Amino acid sequence: MRRAGASAAAMAAASILLAGCAAPSVGSPEPTTPTTTPATGSAATTLTVFAAASLATVFDELAERFEAEHPGVDVVVNSGGSGALAEQIVQGAPADVFAAAAEAPMQRVMEAGLVAAPVVFATNSLELVVPAGNPAGVTSLEDLEREELRIALCDESVPCGAAGVRLFADAAVKPVPDTLESDVTAVLTKVALGEVDAGVVYRTDVRTAGDAVERVVVPEAASVVSRYPIAPMTDAAEPAIAAEFVQLVTGDAGRTVLEHAGFGAP
Amino acid sequence: MGRRTAEPAARLSWPVAVLAVTALAFLVLPIVGLIARAPWGELPELLVRAPVLEALVLSFGTALGSTAICLVFGVPLATLLARAGGWRALPRRLLRAAVTVPLVLPPVVGGIALLLLLGRRGLVGAPLEAAFGVTVPFTTGAVVIAQVFVALPFLVFAVEGALRSANRRTELAAATLGASRWQVFRFVTLPLVAPGVAAGAVLCFTRALGEFGATITFAGSLPGVTRTLPIASYLAMQSDPDEAVALALLLLAVSLVVLLSLRDRWVPGVRA
Repeated sequence: MRRAGASAAAMAAASILLAGCAAPSVGSPEPTTPTTTPATGSAATTLTVFAAASLATVFDELAERFEAEHPGVDVVVNSGGSGALAEQIVQGAPADVFAAAAEAPMQRVMEAGLVAAPVVFATNSLELVVPAGNPAGVTSLEDLEREELRIALCDESVPCGAAGVRLFADAAVKPVPDTLESDVTAVLTKVALGEVDAGVVYRTDVRTAGDAVERVVVPEAASVVSRYPIAPMTDAAEPAIAAEFVQLVTGDAGRTVLEHAGFGAP
Repeated sequence: MGRRTAEPAARLSWPVAVLAVTALAFLVLPIVGLIARAPWGELPELLVRAPVLEALVLSFGTALGSTAICLVFGVPLATLLARAGGWRALPRRLLRAAVTVPLVLPPVVGGIALLLLLGRRGLVGAPLEAAFGVTVPFTTGAVVIAQVFVALPFLVFAVEGALRSANRRTELAAATLGASRWQVFRFVTLPLVAPGVAAGAVLCFTRALGEFGATITFAGSLPGVTRTLPIASYLAMQSDPDEAVALALLLLAVSLVVLLSLRDRWVPGVRA
């Protein structure tokens, strides 16, 4: 009886598997496909844009505009840490356009021969943010040296952290962080939740977070500028559409949206 | 059905065999990819780097700590769950669902939930800070809490299975012969379920060791304090993929050694 039960269960599992797999890929599983699963419409062309975390809001807006201008094109924005995105692309993730928050990740993709001529389309700088009401009374970068404060920064291995290292060197400040996050949004979330007393994020993120955070003016920050490059992938499924999206971002329409979000001109 | 003999190696029908092998390949091939991509030549050098050792020590320490906590609280919870068989349907199902939730919840969501409970502005965290000046997030303690949250069900279900398959009549016999409740538990129940407890503890430990989402959300990521091996591996992926692969191999090796040490005692009562 027990054996019969087990084989019945196996058959049930098999039928679920068969019913569940719309694509006939049972014979050759593909283990390396990473995170994105673009929601493909029936006959639509999908344009997959890999964008730095700090670009998420702007690119969502630009994607909507692009879709309105190009009926039948579905733009999927995959945002995350620039370095992680670059690694996913190098490992074969299906991107059509890549926009990074620094030149190093783009360089890595270029060395792999996957993009040809990246263009810098925006600049950004860092800013000190505190939770609404500034409970710890943070007024300058020097406050980041106070041991008793909870501080969130980006890890050095991601662009916002690398820019932070330059900023602290310029300002001769040695911060005492409590956490080094993997992307800028994670820092911002922890500030917005009030779990840390201060964090360093991009100027543009302060606007995204709305009333939950307040900015603290840091004169040194203006001198440390992050440059954002964008490029269509050389192996894009629809090179013409990818190039058009890059044109939208680098053109006047993109400029307006980017400026509105607080990004500087290249 | 109808098969009288219980031959150890009964033949599988071919569709089942094909699907089973496909499933196995799906599980094993990513690991093969990892091993194939590994920078074997530089591996020794990559693995003795200070940040790697720091993460390794932290991961082992916290995973051992959370396993100990899971044992202390999980075995009694498993006992409760095993006894709940006689309860009414609703409370019994609620109890089981409560224990299952961390298994099916995305760990990042678990981390957010922990933050909203124990964070500075959290339900319990805010009074805690006001009364004692204690803040939980971003501490090594927070890493352990996150690990306990995700790993506890593994221990509870393993021990519960063992308790259910243990023969209650042996316990009753001991009680009839004058053993106290403690003596019954200590000399009858515990030896019967010990293999299940051991298996549960090992699964719990490996799950805690691999914990990522709840930890990075609730405890953050600071070298030596909260940056465990999986977090170090994820961050290394941003700048030094070779180091990330080396860290991943290290985690894989530890997990394999631990799981192989289980031999066939994966689930109590089921032995291959």
